[in-house]
Amino acid sequence: MNLDLVLLAVADGVSYAGLLFMVSLGLTLICGVMGIVNVAHGALYAFGGYAACTLSLQVMQNTPSTFLLLLVLPIAALMVGLVLGTAIEAGLLRRIQGRDPVQQLLMTFAGFMVLEDVQRLIWGTQPYSAPDIIGRLGTVNFFNVTYTSYQLVLIPLMALISYAGLMFFLRFTSTGRQVVAVTHHREMATALGINAKRVGWLTFVLGATLGALGGAMAAPTTSMVPGAGADMIVLSFAVVATAGMGQITGALLASLMIGLTRSAAVYLAPEWEVAVPYLIMALVLLVRPDGLFTVAQARRI
Amino acid sequence: MTALLSTRNLCLRFGGVIAADNIDFDLQHGERLAVIGQNGAGKTTFINICTGFLKPDQGTVMFNGQDVTDRQPRHLVRMGLGRSFQLPQLFVDHTVKQCLEIAAAARTGHMSWFVALSDAVDVSEVNDTLRLVGLHERAHSPVLALPEGERKLLDVAMALMLKPQLMIMDEPTSGVGSDSKIQLMDTVMQALAERQVTSWFVEHDIDIVKRYATRVAAWIGGRIAADGEPDDVLQQPQVRLEILGTR
Amino acid sequence: MLNMIGLVGAMLCLLLGWQFPWSKTPLIMGLCYGLASLGVSVMMRAGQVSFGHALYAAIGAYTVAFVTRAYPAIDGIVLLSAALLVSGLAGAVIGLFMVRYRGIFFGMLNLALSMVVFAMLGKMYNWSGGTDGLRMERPTLLGFTLERADFESSLLIVVVMCVVGMVWLVQRYFKSAAGEALAGIKTNETRLEYLGLSARLILWQAYVLSALLVGLSGALFAMVQGLVTPDIGAWLHSGEYVFIAVLGGSGHAIGAFLGAAVFETVKLFAAAYMTGIWQMLLGLTLIFVIILAPDGIVGLMRRKSVHRHQEDA
Repeated sequence: MNLDLVLLAVADGVSYAGLLFMVSLGLTLICGVMGIVNVAHGALYAFGGYAACTLSLQVMQNTPSTFLLLLVLPIAALMVGLVLGTAIEAGLLRRIQGRDPVQQLLMTFAGFMVLEDVQRLIWGTQPYSAPDIIGRLGTVNFFNVTYTSYQLVLIPLMALISYAGLMFFLRFTSTGRQVVAVTHHREMATALGINAKRVGWLTFVLGATLGALGGAMAAPTTSMVPGAGADMIVLSFAVVATAGMGQITGALLASLMIGLTRSAAVYLAPEWEVAVPYLIMALVLLVRPDGLFTVAQARRI
Repeated sequence: MTALLSTRNLCLRFGGVIAADNIDFDLQHGERLAVIGQNGAGKTTFINICTGFLKPDQGTVMFNGQDVTDRQPRHLVRMGLGRSFQLPQLFVDHTVKQCLEIAAAARTGHMSWFVALSDAVDVSEVNDTLRLVGLHERAHSPVLALPEGERKLLDVAMALMLKPQLMIMDEPTSGVGSDSKIQLMDTVMQALAERQVTSWFVEHDIDIVKRYATRVAAWIGGRIAADGEPDDVLQQPQVRLEILGTR
Repeated sequence: MLNMIGLVGAMLCLLLGWQFPWSKTPLIMGLCYGLASLGVSVMMRAGQVSFGHALYAAIGAYTVAFVTRAYPAIDGIVLLSAALLVSGLAGAVIGLFMVRYRGIFFGMLNLALSMVVFAMLGKMYNWSGGTDGLRMERPTLLGFTLERADFESSLLIVVVMCVVGMVWLVQRYFKSAAGEALAGIKTNETRLEYLGLSARLILWQAYVLSALLVGLSGALFAMVQGLVTPDIGAWLHSGEYVFIAVLGGSGHAIGAFLGAAVFETVKLFAAAYMTGIWQMLLGLTLIFVIILAPDGIVGLMRRKSVHRHQEDA
C-alpha cells in the first residue's frame, strides 16, 4: 500500500465528494425548506449533465476559448434549474401543497419517471461526454502524483463556493432569511408578509440548479448514460440521510465521508464499491435514526 | 402502601430551558390530582417523562414500585396507564367506533390477523363507553368530521377503553364548550370513581379543579411550587400571583 | 361488491386462458404483477411506500432458479414453497432494520438495498449468471411432467388459486385488529403506542407479509419465463408495483389486481403504438391519479357507493 495510491485514492475521494456535495446540497435545501424529498432531483442531475455536454459541443465548434467552455457548465445548470425546477415546482408540487407526505413523495417519484423518458427522447441511449474540458485545464502535481486540475481543483472549488455562497445567502441576505423563515414555519412566515409561494419557487429553483450543476460538473469526468439519474438520487439521498435532512454543513461532511470511503473501496475491495455509500448510511441511521446532525424537533404532544 | 407513581430527582433540560427541576413526586392510589400552572411550566413535559415518551436527564420514575424510567409508553400502558392528550391523538382515517374498537383489541394485547376487528371486541363494552362520553350518535362518523370538543371526548374514551389503574388527562376540558365541561367531567370522574381509577388531570379552569380534585399540585418553572389540599394550595400567595393571576 | 368482482375476475382469467391459449402467459404475468403490487399495498396501508420491493421478486425468482438447477427433480409446488420460505426469511431479517424508519427513509432505504443487490446480481457472473441470467427447465407440477401448453394451463390455475387465496387472506388481515392497527400507523403512531401496541412489531409483521407476496410473484414469474435475470429486481419494476398499488388503491386487497388489469391493458397499447415512453406514460398517469383519485380505483368506487347511499337515504 504505497503512498502514491493512497494519495490517488484521496484525490479521487475528494473530487467525488465535491460532485456528490453539490447534488446533495440542492436536495437537502429543498428538503429543509419545503419538507419534500424530491425524488426527481436525480433527473435534474442527469439533465444538467446532458445539457452541459450538448452545450459544450456547440461552444467548442464556435470558439477556441477555454473560459467560455467552462462557462457552459454553470449556464447549462442554470437553464436546467430554471426550466425544470419551475416545471416541477409549479406544475407538480404546488398542486399537492399541504397534502399527505406519501402523496407528495409519490408525486416527485412520478415526475422522475416522466423525466427519465423525456431525457431518453431528447438525448437517446448513446453515451454523451465532454472530455475536452478536462484536457484543456491540464494536470496538477503533488507528491509524485499527477491528477487532473479539473477534478482536483475546480470541482472541490466549485463545491466550496456553492457551500459558502449558499450559507452567505441564507444568513446575510434578506431573501435568504425569508427562505429560512419559510423553512421553520410556512404559515407564520406568510402571516408576517413573506410571499411563501415565491420563496418556495425560488428555493426549489435554487436547489434544482445546484443539482444540475452537480451533473454539469460531472459531465466532463464521466459519460452520461440513461440511469445516471437513478444512481445519483439514491446516492445523494444517502448523503442527505446520513447528514440529517436540511443540514447543509452536515451534507458537506457526509459527502466527504462517503466520497473518501467509496474511493478507498474502489482500491481495496472493488466489488463493494457500489454498496459502500449505503452501508455508511445504514450504519449512521442505526445509531442516529434522524441523521448525524439533526436539530431537535418541536414538541408534538 | 407503595405509591402508584413516584419520581425521584427527575431532571430534564431543553438547551437553556429547565423543563423539570429535580422533581420528587408521589401519587397514591385513589387520589384525584389536579395539576395547575402556566403554559410552559412543565406540566405536560412531566407527564411525557412519567409515561416514557421523554427520557429524563437524570432521576427515576416508578410505577407500582417498578422502575420504569427506561421503558416505552406502551410498557406503561400494559402496566395500567391510560392517557389523553392536550391535542387529541386520534386515528383520523377511521370512524369513532373503530378507534374504540382498536383500543379494546389492544387491551387484550393479542391483535388477531383473521378475526374482523368488530368481531374481536366486546361490542357492548364499546357501546357503553360511547354512551358514557356521549358519542353514541356519532359512532359511525369519520373522525375527521368531529368538532374539537368531541375529539377531546373520543381521546378520553380511547384511554378509558384500556381500563387503566391510572388515568392521566391533559387539559380534558379545553376546547369543550363551557356548557358541556361540567357534564363531561362529571361523567368521566364518576366512571373513574366507579372503577376505582386514580386520576391525574391538568386543568386551567379552577372551578373544575375545585369541583373534582382531592389534591392540587402547582407547577412553576419546572418545579412543584405547592402540593396539597386544594383549598390550601389555591390560597398560597405564589400560586395566586403566578398561576391564578390574582393577589 | 368488491368480492364479487374478485371472483368474477378469477373466473374470467381461467376462461380467457382456456379459450385463447396465447393469453395464458400474459395473464400469468399480469396476475404476478398484481400479487407484487398487493405486497406493496400492504405497506402502503401503513403509509409507507417502498421503492425497492422488486428485491423480493428477485429473491423469489433466484431461489427457484438455484434450487431447480441444483435439484432438477424437485416439484414446482415445492419450488414455490422454497421461494416463499426464503423471501419470508429475507423479509424478516431486512424488516428488522427497515421498520425503524418512516416516510422517505423507508422508501429510499428499500430502494438502496434493491439497487445494491441488483448491481451485485449483475456482476457476480459465476454465481448468478450475471446479466445473462439463469435458465431453468420446466419443473414437474404436483408430480406431473407437462408439455409447454399443459404446463402453462396448470400454472395459470395455480396462479389464479394463489391469487384468490392471497386476496382473501390479505383482505381478512386488512379488516382484522392487526390490519386496522396497521392503518393506524399511518395516522397516529403515538396513539398506538399509548394503547399498548408496538408499532414496530405490527409494521414488521406487515413487512414480512409483503416480502412473501412479492417473493411469490417473482417465483411464479420465474417458472413461467424459464429464465431469471437481474432485471426482475430493477427499480423500474419496484416503481411499477407502486404505480399499480396507487392506481388500484390499498383500501381493499382486490385493488392491486384492478390496478394490474388497467396497467396490463395500457401496456399492451403502449407496446403497440408508443414504445420508448413507457416510463413517461406511467409517470403521467400516476400524476393524474394522485391529483384526482389518490385512493385509487377502490377509493373511487367507495366514494360512488357512499353517494348512492346518501341519495337513497
